[in-house]
Order: sequence, then structure tokens, then C-alpha cells
Amino acid sequence: MSTYARRAWMILWKDVLTERRSKESLNALVFFSLLLLFIFQFALGPDRARVEAALPGLLWLGFILAGLLGLGRTFLIERENECWEGLVLTPGDKSAIYLGKLAGNVLVMAVVEAALLVLFAVFFGLDFTAALPQLAIVLTLGTLGLSALGTLFGAIAAQVRARELLFPVLLLPAVVPVLLGSVSATQTVLLGQPLGEAAPWLKLLAAADLIYLVVGILTFEFVLEG
Amino acid sequence: MIQAEHLRKTYGRTTILDDVSLELGAGEGLTLLGANGTGKTTLLRIVATLLRPTSGSLRVAGIDAAREPEAVRSTIGMVGHGSWVYEDLTALENLRFWAVMGGHDAPEARLRDALKEVELDGVAEQRARTFSSGMKRRLTLARVLLGRARVLLLDEPYTGLDRTGRKWLGEFLLGFKARGGALVMATHSFDAGVGIADRVAILSAGRVVLDRPAAELGREDLHRLYDDLAGAPGASS
Repeated sequence: MSTYARRAWMILWKDVLTERRSKESLNALVFFSLLLLFIFQFALGPDRARVEAALPGLLWLGFILAGLLGLGRTFLIERENECWEGLVLTPGDKSAIYLGKLAGNVLVMAVVEAALLVLFAVFFGLDFTAALPQLAIVLTLGTLGLSALGTLFGAIAAQVRARELLFPVLLLPAVVPVLLGSVSATQTVLLGQPLGEAAPWLKLLAAADLIYLVVGILTFEFVLEG
Repeated sequence: MIQAEHLRKTYGRTTILDDVSLELGAGEGLTLLGANGTGKTTLLRIVATLLRPTSGSLRVAGIDAAREPEAVRSTIGMVGHGSWVYEDLTALENLRFWAVMGGHDAPEARLRDALKEVELDGVAEQRARTFSSGMKRRLTLARVLLGRARVLLLDEPYTGLDRTGRKWLGEFLLGFKARGGALVMATHSFDAGVGIADRVAILSAGRVVLDRPAAELGREDLHRLYDDLAGAPGASS
């Protein structure tokens, strides 16, 4: 494994190990998802048609709200004991740190999304099994775009005092293409239509992912150095 | 090993460092003394490439720090105010992490040796969250031990260390110099700091007001000079 890949892997290993031991983010996010589902159920009532019509939007609202909480905290651990300073002084390409952090965020988001899907299925009596393979493709593309931007903006927000305010202000407008593509493609999949019907949206998602990823890799060093 | 010329650092109209020039060769140690807020930490952070000077030039190990900060970073080891310790990782995991990030991956036996050296081998598998500040400082020193630094920058390295730890650190720093390394240490600990120094510099209001060989300064002289020169904290505006 190259030094670059080892560094990226080390960041992922450290973040996963820390999360597994502290369970700070996952516990809070799963609890938050549960609360969200209670609110959705009260708001929509038992009308199944209303639920199914609103489902793609609700799913992604849940994902993005969980993402705002989870992704915004990504770099706070580096502020403790000035570990950030150590990362700045790490020799070599800093984008390895970005990719390691991004992989960790994608993992956390995947767990939260899986939990939300299960909760939606239980709360609203829905069955996602038939749509699951296509849904997995849409979720992967959407999560990658959301996490790519969230990781970069998380690093920016971690350096300012008003980080809780700044992070959503930065992330939400920039992530609009991902949300549009994800909600539309999810709707197509949940309506039982072939994935090809959502091809334009999937292309938009893939293009947005690529752009966000490249921007993240190219600019992370400047963000880290402040 | 370090050549700093006319370094100046300002934030707006506030001057933190003013026309600081230093030269330090291989195998030499410089101790920086000065009251709080006189620019010691800022100077260390500039040499570490964590801060860019407003003006002036800096070469570390012959490398221009402004042009090639990345190359400079691979030559320095730093013990700053923060320990760089991840609280939910064990001592061993912390060392492994920084070894890989520093590009000098080491086998587990070497990591354990480093922990043994700083007398943390008995708690190698314990999470750092349970450590005292002195133990975290020792873990920081174990990290430095593993590196391949040619220049060591130390900001109050004796903070939190007990008597054994201070003795060990002093011996380690003397050994580092003997192997040809250069070190700059900012400290308020006169005896410990001067004990390892070849030169002593006193900073006052961002300026070097004294830079002399340590051998020329007796304990009484140094205290008197410090009282006369170090002055109150503060930046000049």
C-alpha cells in the first residue's frame, strides 16, 4: 500500500475506532432519526397514499438533517489536544486526510441511512425489499456527493466559532444539485419504474459527485492550513 | 540548521515579532526565555511552518520555508502546547497513528520500545482518556522519539512532567544534540532550559534583546538579565 493510501486508511481507522468506542455521533444520529420519524408520522397521519407520495422527499430530508448533525462534527475531534496542528505538519499530500475523513463520513451516513430506511419501513408499514438494489445505487451516489461537500465544509466550519451556524449555511445551497437528483431518482425507484427512467438524474448526481470530490481533493490542503 | 533573518509577524496593527534573526547550527540547542506574550510561541510556530511570517526569511535544514514548507515539515519534530493525543485511542494506537501519518511507519516492537523509553509500557493498551497530563506529555515525547526529526521545536516541554520525566527529557535532548540535531525550546523553566542549551535568547515585546552562549551566563547573571530585559507581556503597536 502506498504512503498516501496508508495515511488515508489511518484516518479512517482512527475515526471508526473512536466512533466505535465513544458512540457519540451514531447514538445521537439514530436517536435523532427516531424523533424525526415520530414527527413525520404525526404530520402525515395514517393515509398511505400521502405517505408514499411524500416518501422520497421525507427520506432525503431525514438523510440531510442527519448529515448536517454528523458531518458538521467531523473535524471537531481534531481540535481536541491540537491534533489539527499535527495533521497540518504531516508531510505529504493532505488530500489523503480528506479522503480518509470522507470514507469515515460515508460509512456513518450509510449506517444512519440504513437505520432510517428500517424505521420508515416499521413506522409506515412499507416494504423496500424489491426496490433495494436500485435504491442502493441512488443512495450511494447521493451520499457520496453530500459527504464530499460535508467533509470539506466541516473542515472549514471547525475553524470558526459560529460553526453550527456556518456549516448548514455553506452546505445546504451547495448541495442542491445532489438533493434534486437524489429525490427525483429515489421517486422513480420507489414508483417501481426501471432505473433507466432516472438516468438524467443519475448523470447529474454522478457529475456533481465528481466535481465535489475533485474540489475537495484540490482545496483541502488550503482549508487545513487555514 | 536554522537561519532566520529579520522575521516579523503582525496581526493588523499589532506586532507580535519584530526583526528577529537567529542562526542555529547542527548539534546546537537554543533556549528561548521571555515573559508571557513576548512572541516565543509565535516564533516556534513560524519555524515549524504553522504560521507564515509577515516579512523576513527562514531556512530550516537548508530549505527555504516559504517556498518548500512541506520539505521543512519532514525535518522537524514538534512538542507544542497540545499533546496531539486522541483520547479514545490507546497509547499504542496513538503512536501507530502518528508514525504512519509522519511517513515513518514502525513495527509494533519499536512502538512498544518508545513507550518503554518514556515509562508508559505498562499502560500501552489503555485509552489516553485515562491518562494524567504528565502521561500525555510522555506520550507526546514517545511520538517525537519515533520520528526522524533533525530539528526539534519544544514549547514548554517540561509542563506536567514529574522529576523522573524531566530528568529523562533532559537526557534525551542532550542525546538528540549529540546525534547532530538542533533544538529550540521555549520555556519558563530556567534550570532545565539552560541545562540543555548552548545559547540562551531572551525575547521582550517581540524582539530578541539578548542572545548569548549559555556557558557565559551564570545562574545569577541569567536571572538578573531576565529581570532587567524580559519585561512585561505585550506586543508593541
